[in-house]
Amino acid sequence: MGIALQVIEIAVASIPEDLRRARVARVNLTVGKLSAVVSESLRFCFEVASRETPVEGAELVIEEVDVVARCNACGHQWTIEEPAFSCPHCNSGDITLISGRELDIRSIEIEDETNDTTDAEQPDRGRGRSL
Amino acid sequence: MPNNPTAAAAAASDLRIRLHHKEGRPGHHSHPHSRGGAPEKTHQRATREIKVVRRVLDANDIMADQNRKLFSEKKVFVLNMMSSPGSGKTTTLIKTLGKLMTGLRCAVIVGDICSTYDADQLSVTGAPVVQINTDEFGGDCHLAAHVVARALSDIDLDEIDLLVVENVGNLVCPAEFDMGEDARVVVLSVAEGEDKPIKYPLMFRQCDAALLNKVDLLPYLDYDKDLAVSNIRQIHPEMPIFSVSAKTGEGFDPWLEWLKGRIKVKLG
Repeated sequence: MGIALQVIEIAVASIPEDLRRARVARVNLTVGKLSAVVSESLRFCFEVASRETPVEGAELVIEEVDVVARCNACGHQWTIEEPAFSCPHCNSGDITLISGRELDIRSIEIEDETNDTTDAEQPDRGRGRSL
Repeated sequence: MPNNPTAAAAAASDLRIRLHHKEGRPGHHSHPHSRGGAPEKTHQRATREIKVVRRVLDANDIMADQNRKLFSEKKVFVLNMMSSPGSGKTTTLIKTLGKLMTGLRCAVIVGDICSTYDADQLSVTGAPVVQINTDEFGGDCHLAAHVVARALSDIDLDEIDLLVVENVGNLVCPAEFDMGEDARVVVLSVAEGEDKPIKYPLMFRQCDAALLNKVDLLPYLDYDKDLAVSNIRQIHPEMPIFSVSAKTGEGFDPWLEWLKGRIKVKLG
Protein backbone atom coordinates (compact mmCIF):
# COMPACT_ATOMS: atom_id res chain seq x y z
CA MET A 1 0.00 0.00 0.00
CA GLY A 2 2.87 2.37 0.79
CA ILE A 3 4.23 1.80 -2.70
CA ALA A 4 0.82 2.40 -4.29
CA LEU A 5 0.49 5.68 -2.40
CA GLN A 6 3.90 6.79 -3.67
CA VAL A 7 2.94 5.85 -7.23
CA ILE A 8 -0.23 7.94 -6.92
CA GLU A 9 1.60 10.89 -5.39
CA ILE A 10 4.24 10.98 -8.13
CA ALA A 11 1.70 10.39 -10.92
CA VAL A 12 -0.58 13.18 -9.69
CA ALA A 13 2.35 15.56 -9.34
CA SER A 14 3.35 14.77 -12.92
CA ILE A 15 0.11 15.98 -14.50
CA PRO A 16 0.92 19.28 -16.22
CA GLU A 17 -0.88 22.35 -14.92
CA ASP A 18 -2.85 22.90 -18.12
CA LEU A 19 -4.14 19.32 -18.16
CA ARG A 20 -5.39 19.16 -14.60
CA ARG A 21 -8.89 18.29 -15.68
CA ALA A 22 -7.97 15.65 -18.24
CA ARG A 23 -8.36 11.98 -17.45
CA VAL A 24 -5.21 9.99 -16.78
CA ALA A 25 -5.55 6.83 -18.86
CA ARG A 26 -2.40 5.01 -17.86
CA VAL A 27 0.47 5.04 -15.41
CA ASN A 28 3.46 3.17 -16.82
CA LEU A 29 5.77 1.50 -14.34
CA THR A 30 9.01 -0.42 -14.69
CA VAL A 31 9.34 -3.10 -12.03
CA GLY A 32 12.34 -5.37 -11.62
CA LYS A 33 11.60 -9.01 -10.98
CA LEU A 34 13.64 -8.83 -7.80
CA SER A 35 11.60 -5.99 -6.33
CA ALA A 36 9.19 -6.63 -3.49
CA VAL A 37 6.25 -5.66 -5.67
CA VAL A 38 3.52 -8.16 -6.42
CA SER A 39 1.78 -6.73 -9.46
CA GLU A 40 -1.72 -7.92 -8.58
CA SER A 41 -1.46 -6.46 -5.09
CA LEU A 42 -0.07 -3.19 -6.38
CA ARG A 43 -2.89 -2.91 -8.91
CA PHE A 44 -5.47 -3.58 -6.24
CA CYS A 45 -3.96 -1.04 -3.83
CA PHE A 46 -3.65 1.50 -6.62
CA GLU A 47 -7.28 1.05 -7.59
CA VAL A 48 -8.49 1.49 -4.03
CA ALA A 49 -6.15 4.32 -3.06
CA SER A 50 -6.59 6.31 -6.27
CA ARG A 51 -10.32 6.80 -5.77
CA GLU A 52 -11.22 10.47 -5.73
CA THR A 53 -7.73 11.44 -6.90
CA PRO A 54 -6.86 12.78 -10.37
CA VAL A 55 -5.56 9.32 -11.36
CA GLU A 56 -8.75 7.48 -10.45
CA GLY A 57 -9.57 4.90 -13.10
CA ALA A 58 -6.11 4.96 -14.65
CA GLU A 59 -4.69 1.65 -15.78
CA LEU A 60 -1.47 0.62 -14.09
CA VAL A 61 0.78 -0.80 -16.80
CA ILE A 62 3.65 -2.76 -15.33
CA GLU A 63 6.66 -3.63 -17.45
CA GLU A 64 8.85 -6.23 -15.82
CA VAL A 65 12.62 -6.19 -16.01
CA ASP A 66 14.74 -9.32 -15.79
CA VAL A 67 17.31 -9.83 -13.11
CA VAL A 68 20.69 -9.48 -14.81
CA ALA A 69 23.94 -10.03 -12.91
CA ARG A 70 27.63 -9.63 -13.65
CA CYS A 71 30.29 -11.71 -11.96
CA ASN A 72 32.99 -9.57 -10.37
CA ALA A 73 35.45 -12.45 -10.54
CA CYS A 74 35.26 -13.55 -14.19
CA GLY A 75 33.12 -10.83 -15.79
CA HIS A 76 30.43 -13.20 -17.00
CA GLN A 77 27.04 -11.56 -17.43
CA TRP A 78 23.79 -13.49 -17.35
CA THR A 79 20.07 -13.35 -16.71
CA ILE A 80 19.09 -14.94 -13.42
CA GLU A 81 16.18 -17.23 -14.28
CA GLU A 82 15.84 -18.95 -10.95
CA PRO A 83 16.73 -17.82 -7.45
CA ALA A 84 20.44 -18.64 -7.49
CA PHE A 85 22.95 -15.83 -7.16
CA SER A 86 26.31 -17.46 -7.92
CA CYS A 87 28.15 -17.20 -11.22
CA PRO A 88 27.26 -20.18 -13.44
CA HIS A 89 30.75 -20.03 -14.99
CA CYS A 90 33.14 -19.74 -12.05
CA ASN A 91 30.75 -20.26 -9.11
CA SER A 92 31.80 -16.99 -7.45
CA GLY A 93 29.24 -15.36 -5.14
CA ASP A 94 30.77 -11.95 -5.70
CA ILE A 95 28.28 -10.57 -8.18
CA THR A 96 26.77 -7.20 -9.05
CA LEU A 97 23.11 -6.94 -9.97
CA ILE A 98 22.80 -4.84 -13.11
CA SER A 99 19.02 -4.87 -13.26
CA GLY A 100 16.04 -6.40 -11.56
CA ARG A 101 15.65 -4.00 -8.63
CA GLU A 102 13.81 -1.28 -10.57
CA LEU A 103 10.71 0.35 -9.19
CA ASP A 104 10.25 3.37 -11.42
CA ILE A 105 7.44 5.43 -12.86
CA ARG A 106 8.29 5.79 -16.53
CA SER A 107 5.45 7.95 -17.73
CA ILE A 108 1.81 8.81 -17.46
CA GLU A 109 -0.62 8.94 -20.37
CA ILE A 110 -3.28 11.60 -20.42
CA GLU A 111 -6.32 11.54 -22.63
CA ASP A 112 -5.74 14.03 -25.37
CA GLU A 113 -8.86 16.14 -25.40
CA THR A 114 -7.77 18.29 -28.31
CA ASN A 115 -7.48 15.29 -30.62
CA ASP A 116 -10.56 13.69 -29.34
CA THR A 117 -13.19 16.35 -29.28
CA THR A 118 -12.23 18.54 -32.21
CA ASP A 119 -13.12 16.17 -35.04
CA ALA A 120 -16.03 18.02 -36.52
CA GLU A 121 -18.04 20.04 -34.15
CA GLN A 122 -15.52 21.91 -32.02
CA PRO A 123 -12.80 23.80 -33.89
CA ASP A 124 -10.21 25.40 -31.62
CA ARG A 125 -11.20 28.99 -32.15
CA GLY A 126 -14.83 28.31 -31.42
CA ARG A 127 -13.90 26.71 -28.15
CA GLY A 128 -11.68 29.63 -27.25
CA ARG A 129 -14.59 32.03 -27.45
CA SER A 130 -16.91 29.93 -25.45
CA LEU A 131 -14.64 30.15 -22.42
CA MET B 1 8.33 -0.20 -25.67
CA PRO B 2 10.07 3.07 -25.04
CA ASN B 3 13.71 3.27 -23.97
CA ASN B 4 14.14 0.46 -21.53
CA PRO B 5 17.77 0.67 -20.41
CA THR B 6 18.03 -3.03 -19.89
CA ALA B 7 17.58 -4.81 -23.17
CA ALA B 8 17.15 -8.00 -21.22
CA ALA B 9 13.57 -7.07 -20.41
CA ALA B 10 12.25 -8.09 -23.78
CA ALA B 11 13.20 -11.72 -23.73
CA ALA B 12 11.78 -12.54 -20.35
CA SER B 13 11.00 -16.16 -19.92
CA ASP B 14 9.02 -17.43 -17.00
CA LEU B 15 11.28 -16.37 -14.17
CA ARG B 16 10.67 -18.18 -10.97
CA ILE B 17 12.11 -15.57 -8.64
CA ARG B 18 8.72 -14.51 -7.47
CA LEU B 19 6.90 -17.77 -7.54
CA HIS B 20 3.58 -16.28 -6.54
CA HIS B 21 3.41 -13.90 -9.40
CA LYS B 22 3.22 -13.96 -13.16
CA GLU B 23 2.77 -10.85 -15.20
CA GLY B 24 1.95 -10.20 -18.82
CA ARG B 25 4.89 -9.49 -21.03
CA PRO B 26 5.76 -5.92 -21.90
CA GLY B 27 4.10 -4.59 -24.97
CA HIS B 28 1.00 -6.73 -24.85
CA HIS B 29 -1.34 -3.90 -24.03
CA SER B 30 -2.60 -1.78 -26.89
CA HIS B 31 -2.02 1.93 -26.93
CA PRO B 32 -4.45 4.06 -28.84
CA HIS B 33 -1.87 6.61 -29.95
CA SER B 34 -2.98 8.89 -32.73
CA ARG B 35 -1.46 8.13 -36.12
CA GLY B 36 -0.33 10.81 -38.52
CA GLY B 37 -2.60 13.46 -37.09
CA ALA B 38 -5.71 12.02 -38.74
CA PRO B 39 -8.89 12.37 -36.74
CA GLU B 40 -9.49 9.24 -34.75
CA LYS B 41 -12.70 7.35 -34.94
CA THR B 42 -11.89 4.73 -32.34
CA HIS B 43 -13.77 4.11 -29.17
CA GLN B 44 -10.62 4.68 -27.14
CA ARG B 45 -9.41 8.20 -26.77
CA ALA B 46 -6.00 9.27 -27.96
CA THR B 47 -3.52 9.82 -25.19
CA ARG B 48 -0.55 12.04 -24.67
CA GLU B 49 2.40 10.42 -22.91
CA ILE B 50 4.23 12.48 -20.33
CA LYS B 51 7.66 11.27 -19.33
CA VAL B 52 8.20 11.02 -15.60
CA VAL B 53 11.16 8.65 -15.01
CA ARG B 54 11.30 8.71 -11.23
CA ARG B 55 12.02 6.07 -8.68
CA VAL B 56 8.84 5.30 -6.80
CA LEU B 57 10.67 5.17 -3.49
CA ASP B 58 12.60 8.41 -3.99
CA ALA B 59 10.83 10.13 -1.12
CA ASN B 60 11.59 7.25 1.24
CA ASP B 61 15.23 7.12 0.19
CA ILE B 62 15.68 10.84 0.72
CA MET B 63 14.23 10.54 4.22
CA ALA B 64 16.39 7.46 4.88
CA ASP B 65 19.49 9.47 3.94
CA GLN B 66 18.45 12.19 6.38
CA ASN B 67 18.06 9.56 9.10
CA ARG B 68 21.45 8.09 8.22
CA LYS B 69 23.10 11.50 8.48
CA LEU B 70 21.52 12.09 11.87
CA PHE B 71 22.62 8.66 13.11
CA SER B 72 26.17 9.42 11.99
CA GLU B 73 26.23 12.81 13.71
CA LYS B 74 24.90 11.29 16.92
CA LYS B 75 27.21 8.27 16.66
CA VAL B 76 24.43 5.73 16.84
CA PHE B 77 24.58 2.32 15.16
CA VAL B 78 21.20 1.27 13.77
CA LEU B 79 20.18 -2.35 13.24
CA ASN B 80 17.09 -3.27 11.23
CA MET B 81 15.70 -6.66 12.29
CA MET B 82 13.32 -8.35 9.89
CA SER B 83 11.55 -11.70 9.71
CA SER B 84 8.21 -13.35 9.15
CA PRO B 85 5.71 -13.19 12.03
CA GLY B 86 6.48 -15.69 14.76
CA SER B 87 10.14 -16.34 13.99
CA GLY B 88 11.17 -15.13 17.43
CA LYS B 89 12.45 -11.63 16.61
CA THR B 90 11.33 -10.15 19.89
CA THR B 91 12.72 -12.96 22.04
CA THR B 92 15.97 -12.88 20.08
CA LEU B 93 16.18 -9.15 20.60
CA ILE B 94 15.50 -9.41 24.34
CA LYS B 95 18.28 -11.97 24.66
CA THR B 96 20.62 -9.90 22.48
CA LEU B 97 20.02 -6.71 24.45
CA GLY B 98 20.47 -8.61 27.71
CA LYS B 99 24.00 -9.51 26.62
CA LEU B 100 24.90 -6.19 24.99
CA MET B 101 23.54 -3.70 27.49
CA THR B 102 26.38 -4.26 29.91
CA GLY B 103 28.62 -2.32 27.56
CA LEU B 104 26.33 -0.44 25.19
CA ARG B 105 23.44 1.95 25.68
CA CYS B 106 20.55 0.64 23.61
CA ALA B 107 17.07 1.68 22.52
CA VAL B 108 14.41 -0.05 20.44
CA ILE B 109 11.81 1.03 17.93
CA VAL B 110 9.33 -1.75 17.39
CA GLY B 111 6.84 -1.81 14.54
CA ASP B 112 3.56 -3.70 14.42
CA ILE B 113 0.32 -3.13 12.65
CA CYS B 114 -1.37 -2.86 16.03
CA SER B 115 -0.95 -3.68 19.75
CA THR B 116 1.86 -2.87 22.17
CA TYR B 117 2.53 -6.52 22.96
CA ASP B 118 6.14 -6.49 21.73
CA ALA B 119 6.95 -3.20 23.45
CA ASP B 120 5.62 -4.58 26.73
CA GLN B 121 7.81 -7.65 26.34
CA LEU B 122 10.87 -5.62 25.42
CA SER B 123 10.49 -3.32 28.42
CA VAL B 124 12.00 -6.06 30.63
CA THR B 125 15.37 -5.20 29.09
CA GLY B 126 15.29 -1.72 30.63
CA ALA B 127 16.03 -0.17 27.24
CA PRO B 128 13.80 2.68 26.10
CA VAL B 129 11.21 1.25 23.71
CA VAL B 130 9.07 3.17 21.22
CA GLN B 131 6.18 1.23 19.74
CA ILE B 132 5.00 2.21 16.27
CA ASN B 133 1.59 0.97 15.22
CA THR B 134 1.36 1.27 11.48
CA ASP B 135 -2.44 1.25 11.50
CA GLU B 136 -2.02 4.97 12.11
CA PHE B 137 -0.17 5.07 8.78
CA GLY B 138 -2.63 3.01 6.76
CA GLY B 139 -1.79 -0.38 8.31
CA ASP B 140 1.48 -0.70 6.46
CA CYS B 141 3.21 -4.07 6.51
CA HIS B 142 6.64 -2.45 6.93
CA LEU B 143 8.32 0.51 8.58
CA ALA B 144 9.22 3.38 6.26
CA ALA B 145 11.91 6.01 6.81
CA HIS B 146 9.50 8.82 7.72
CA VAL B 147 7.79 6.65 10.34
CA VAL B 148 11.14 5.92 11.97
CA ALA B 149 12.06 9.60 11.76
CA ARG B 150 8.92 10.46 13.67
CA ALA B 151 9.64 7.88 16.36
CA LEU B 152 13.09 9.41 16.85
CA SER B 153 11.52 12.39 18.59
CA ASP B 154 10.85 10.04 21.52
CA ILE B 155 14.45 8.84 21.76
CA ASP B 156 17.45 10.78 23.03
CA LEU B 157 20.04 9.84 20.43
CA ASP B 158 22.78 11.47 22.52
CA GLU B 159 22.19 8.88 25.21
CA ILE B 160 22.44 5.71 23.12
CA ASP B 161 24.99 3.77 21.06
CA LEU B 162 22.74 1.16 19.47
CA LEU B 163 19.24 1.59 18.10
CA VAL B 164 17.47 -1.59 17.05
CA VAL B 165 14.46 -1.28 14.76
CA GLU B 166 12.30 -4.37 15.01
CA ASN B 167 10.36 -4.28 11.77
CA VAL B 168 6.84 -5.48 11.12
CA GLY B 169 6.81 -9.27 10.71
CA ASN B 170 6.89 -9.74 6.93
CA LEU B 171 9.49 -11.13 4.54
CA VAL B 172 8.38 -9.09 1.53
CA CYS B 173 7.93 -5.31 1.76
CA PRO B 174 10.38 -4.41 4.57
CA ALA B 175 13.21 -5.47 2.26
CA GLU B 176 12.32 -2.61 -0.07
CA PHE B 177 12.31 0.23 2.47
CA ASP B 178 15.60 1.76 3.58
CA MET B 179 15.35 3.51 6.95
CA GLY B 180 18.91 4.77 7.16
CA GLU B 181 20.14 1.72 9.08
CA ASP B 182 23.73 0.45 9.25
CA ALA B 183 22.95 -3.26 9.12
CA ARG B 184 20.05 -5.53 8.34
CA VAL B 185 19.51 -8.98 9.76
CA VAL B 186 16.83 -11.50 8.95
CA VAL B 187 15.60 -13.96 11.56
CA LEU B 188 14.34 -17.27 10.23
CA SER B 189 13.11 -19.99 12.57
CA VAL B 190 13.52 -23.68 11.91
CA ALA B 191 9.76 -24.06 12.37
CA GLU B 192 9.13 -22.15 9.16
CA GLY B 193 10.44 -24.49 6.51
CA GLU B 194 13.68 -24.58 4.56
CA ASP B 195 12.23 -22.94 1.45
CA LYS B 196 11.82 -19.40 2.76
CA PRO B 197 15.06 -17.95 1.33
CA ILE B 198 14.10 -19.19 -2.14
CA LYS B 199 10.59 -17.80 -1.85
CA TYR B 200 11.69 -14.40 -0.55
CA PRO B 201 15.01 -13.82 -2.32
CA LEU B 202 15.05 -10.04 -2.01
CA MET B 203 14.94 -10.20 1.78
CA PHE B 204 17.86 -12.59 1.89
CA ARG B 205 19.82 -10.58 -0.71
CA GLN B 206 19.33 -7.35 1.19
CA CYS B 207 20.36 -8.55 4.62
CA ASP B 208 23.89 -8.59 6.03
CA ALA B 209 23.38 -11.61 8.27
CA ALA B 210 20.83 -14.32 8.95
CA LEU B 211 19.85 -15.79 12.30
CA LEU B 212 18.51 -19.32 12.13
CA ASN B 213 16.45 -19.37 15.31
CA LYS B 214 14.75 -21.99 17.50
CA VAL B 215 17.44 -24.61 16.86
CA ASP B 216 16.48 -26.13 20.22
CA LEU B 217 13.41 -27.49 18.38
CA LEU B 218 15.46 -29.40 15.78
CA PRO B 219 15.16 -32.79 17.53
CA TYR B 220 11.38 -32.55 17.25
CA LEU B 221 11.10 -31.36 13.65
CA ASP B 222 11.51 -32.81 10.18
CA TYR B 223 13.76 -29.93 9.34
CA ASP B 224 16.80 -30.16 7.11
CA LYS B 225 19.03 -27.46 8.52
CA ASP B 226 21.74 -28.05 5.92
CA LEU B 227 19.19 -27.49 3.19
CA ALA B 228 18.04 -24.24 4.83
CA VAL B 229 21.65 -23.05 5.04
CA SER B 230 22.29 -24.04 1.45
CA ASN B 231 19.15 -22.21 0.33
CA ILE B 232 20.34 -19.05 2.08
CA ARG B 233 23.76 -19.45 0.45
CA GLN B 234 22.11 -19.88 -2.94
CA ILE B 235 20.55 -16.42 -2.56
CA HIS B 236 23.39 -14.70 -0.71
CA PRO B 237 26.57 -16.79 -0.92
CA GLU B 238 28.69 -14.71 1.41
CA MET B 239 26.20 -13.90 4.15
CA PRO B 240 27.09 -14.96 7.72
CA ILE B 241 24.51 -17.38 9.14
CA PHE B 242 24.18 -17.85 12.90
CA SER B 243 22.31 -20.82 14.33
CA VAL B 244 20.78 -19.72 17.61
CA SER B 245 18.13 -20.49 20.15
CA ALA B 246 16.71 -17.37 21.74
CA LYS B 247 15.13 -19.63 24.32
CA THR B 248 18.25 -21.41 25.55
CA GLY B 249 20.86 -18.87 24.50
CA GLU B 250 22.65 -21.46 22.35
CA GLY B 251 24.83 -20.03 19.61
CA PHE B 252 24.56 -16.40 20.70
CA ASP B 253 28.27 -15.67 21.11
CA PRO B 254 29.24 -15.69 17.40
CA TRP B 255 26.20 -13.54 16.57
CA LEU B 256 27.03 -11.03 19.32
CA GLU B 257 30.66 -10.92 18.22
CA TRP B 258 29.60 -10.19 14.65
CA LEU B 259 27.25 -7.43 15.77
CA LYS B 260 29.79 -5.88 18.14
CA GLY B 261 32.32 -5.95 15.30
CA ARG B 262 29.98 -4.04 13.03
CA ILE B 263 29.19 -1.52 15.76
CA LYS B 264 32.88 -1.02 16.47
CA VAL B 265 33.61 -0.26 12.82
CA LYS B 266 31.14 2.62 12.97
CA LEU B 267 31.56 3.95 16.49
CA GLY B 268 35.23 3.12 17.02
